[in-house]
Amino acid sequence: MNTVNLTMAVVLGGLYATGFYLLLQRSLMRVLLGIVILGHGANLLLQLAGGSQAGRPPMLGDVPIGQMADPLPQAMALTAIVITFALTTFLLALAYRAWQLLGHDEVQDDVEDRRIRRLEAELAHADEETEQELDSEATR
Amino acid sequence: MSELVAVPVLLPLGAAGLSMAFGRFADVQRWLGLLVLGVIVVDAAVLLYFADVHGPLVLHLGGWAAPVGIALVADRLAALLLLISVIVMFAVLLYSIGQRITDYGRGTASTTFHPIYLVLCSGVSLAYLTGDLFNLFVAFEIMLASSYVLITRRTTANRVRAGMTYTIVSLSSSVLFLTMIGLVYAATGTVNLADLALEMGELPPAPVRALALLMVIVFGVKSAMVPLHFWLPDSYPNAPAPITAIFAALLTKVGIYAMIRTQILVFEREPSWPLMLTLAMATMIVGALGALAQNDLNRMLSFLLVSHIGFMLFGLGVYDIAGLTGVILYIVHHITVQATLFLVSGLITRYTGTVALSRMGGLAKISPLVAVLFAVPALSLAGVPPFSGFVAKLALLRAGVGVGTVWAQVATAVVVLTSLLTLYAVARVWSRAFWGQVREPEGDPDPSDELVVGTGDTSRGMVHATGVLVLSTVLVAVLAGPLAEVSQRAATDLITGEAYRAAVLGGGSGG
Amino acid sequence: MTGAEPPEGWPNTGERTWFRSDAPAERWLLSGYSRDSRERTILLELIARVVFPTVLVFSLYLLFAGHYRSGGGFSGGLVAGQAFVLRYLAGGRLDDSSTVSMRPPVLIGTGLTIAVITGLVPVPFGGVVLESASFTFAVPVLGEIKIVSSLFLDVGVYLLIIGVVLDLLRTLGSGIEADIAEREGGRR
Repeated sequence: MNTVNLTMAVVLGGLYATGFYLLLQRSLMRVLLGIVILGHGANLLLQLAGGSQAGRPPMLGDVPIGQMADPLPQAMALTAIVITFALTTFLLALAYRAWQLLGHDEVQDDVEDRRIRRLEAELAHADEETEQELDSEATR
Repeated sequence: MSELVAVPVLLPLGAAGLSMAFGRFADVQRWLGLLVLGVIVVDAAVLLYFADVHGPLVLHLGGWAAPVGIALVADRLAALLLLISVIVMFAVLLYSIGQRITDYGRGTASTTFHPIYLVLCSGVSLAYLTGDLFNLFVAFEIMLASSYVLITRRTTANRVRAGMTYTIVSLSSSVLFLTMIGLVYAATGTVNLADLALEMGELPPAPVRALALLMVIVFGVKSAMVPLHFWLPDSYPNAPAPITAIFAALLTKVGIYAMIRTQILVFEREPSWPLMLTLAMATMIVGALGALAQNDLNRMLSFLLVSHIGFMLFGLGVYDIAGLTGVILYIVHHITVQATLFLVSGLITRYTGTVALSRMGGLAKISPLVAVLFAVPALSLAGVPPFSGFVAKLALLRAGVGVGTVWAQVATAVVVLTSLLTLYAVARVWSRAFWGQVREPEGDPDPSDELVVGTGDTSRGMVHATGVLVLSTVLVAVLAGPLAEVSQRAATDLITGEAYRAAVLGGGSGG
Repeated sequence: MTGAEPPEGWPNTGERTWFRSDAPAERWLLSGYSRDSRERTILLELIARVVFPTVLVFSLYLLFAGHYRSGGGFSGGLVAGQAFVLRYLAGGRLDDSSTVSMRPPVLIGTGLTIAVITGLVPVPFGGVVLESASFTFAVPVLGEIKIVSSLFLDVGVYLLIIGVVLDLLRTLGSGIEADIAEREGGRR
């Protein structure tokens, strides 16, 4: 049974915590950084999933088979890195576009939230009007 | 023979490359796209036939045998869903070509649309056909990455928000997916689905339950299961009609497919799964009530989509052959119907210039054809007898009653209730948009406004493409008998899992 | 200091300073037309000029080394992409667009097509999709050369990645610079 290196476990925890914290921010740049850090965390986890015994590079011929690291998590992590790379650049472009169109890169409110706020404002406005009418009737 | 399994994945990818290289020749791109999708439709039909007659077709990529190598597997379920999905993709491509030509003329090329669409097709095919968890992740990423590009093309101010919500939510769920793969690999030492099923049996029950739950969450985000659905009605309605149609029809269904495939193949469970039934009930009710509160036609359809995801989760929750037969039938029916409804909504918008139901009226007089095109899929969605939805829903209801637990029967009652709410929701659209006073179409004074989007011409290409899809929904109802039989065989395969495991792990040489 | 007129074909953006000098120092720099003099760093331009070909050759080494040692199409492509990034950082958008005459989408498309075709080639020869085979040639001067068919897949990936990096430079790099230039021009 493999056990996980404590340092690595702490680093993992730190990466995930930082990543999720940044993910909850409003600015798209911070969200982007959060996703990058989470991606690193996930990749590190994949590496650790391959077993914690220090392995040497899995190159046939250079290294005896018994000392090789598990190559599968490495292949998976590489693929994941490629994907994260592509999506990071995409998010960057999106953040720039948002900044260009809106003047900021903050995630906006939900459509329903905005609708409810508008309704609330209208109601408040209507209340004020009726109060004013009542006032004017009273003074007359 | 087994090479045919690679066609739906590799052909569109290669064609996407060509399509990108020929970015300046609009007609080349269009014909290439239609040709490739046409070939895949035929290929998927052949795959379905072979899988049904001779059992699952397996291709071990590069000749490396599973569980070490990557396997592509076409069993009945995968081939059936692939066939339906590609038919819908073909029709939607036809529609969007029609729309493009109507709006911008024949000569102009939309450099990115066609390649990205083909890449999306490749991702969807890979998701259906893949035999291991990590490739499922790759398939989702291919699919989602192309969908990010499609949803943010020609960004206006309000599309940026939609794109952001969609991208961030999908990316977070992808990170969770990757984490889940890491944990699965750490626990079992394999990511091959067939092999996982064997390895999971040797683990203590607690980690198995945790992994199952993690998979439910990951695929729950992808398939818009309540309470993880919030991103969908916020993002889908903002994309152009054909793109919304293809997202609504395929992306969430692929999530459901992944959920079914992983849960049933990998984990052992008794019929009637309380957790999934509860989630299904929540999804149905929240979606349907959300739909009733909407004034925006596309948002309403998106909420209906969420609610009907609940039907599929319900079938999975029943967790026996009858339930799964119902789910498979329901997915087939819903893929065609949901795509059609969004395409029709695109047509409606072009006549009225608005997506606000309160500003529509008298469409039945303006265009009786559009009224018919809307009525058929709408009634089908609500499950009114002669249409495809009825067949699928009946199968689900019978399964829900048949399994015999109290929880399943409560959920069955919710299914009936949600069907009524759906009927009410589409009837509301009908009375607001198609009946009543004929209204002047509205021009678009403010492009950043979310409701009034401006009128446009509709070309014959767009109407024909929608017509083809409406016919295919009718066809699903006409062919209900054979479809139900195939679904039942597919469901039996799923529950026993023997054929799948034997085909993937037993073959080896792949020839 | 007022700049010379821009050469034909370049937009006249007013305040920008255009260099067209035959002084030896200028020839060692990048293609000669650069951004605002205040934004230039001579050292970086010089280094970029010297290092650029070396990095490209190294990327080719990585590409060919890929099957048996560390390297491969993806890392090779990224290293080659870095060469272009360096050039862009040193020389700005005008230099960047003059470096490569091929449009990035064409490069990406060609790469993807090559990669997929390589995957399908074994099928007519009775192999399995994506199977690889190795061939050994005896070449006079160089001796024995071993080529693995997956090299072609790597070549496809290599082109694709370079295309992606160039596309990024075009949209996120020069695209944004052009936007800024336009906005500054519009403000005046």
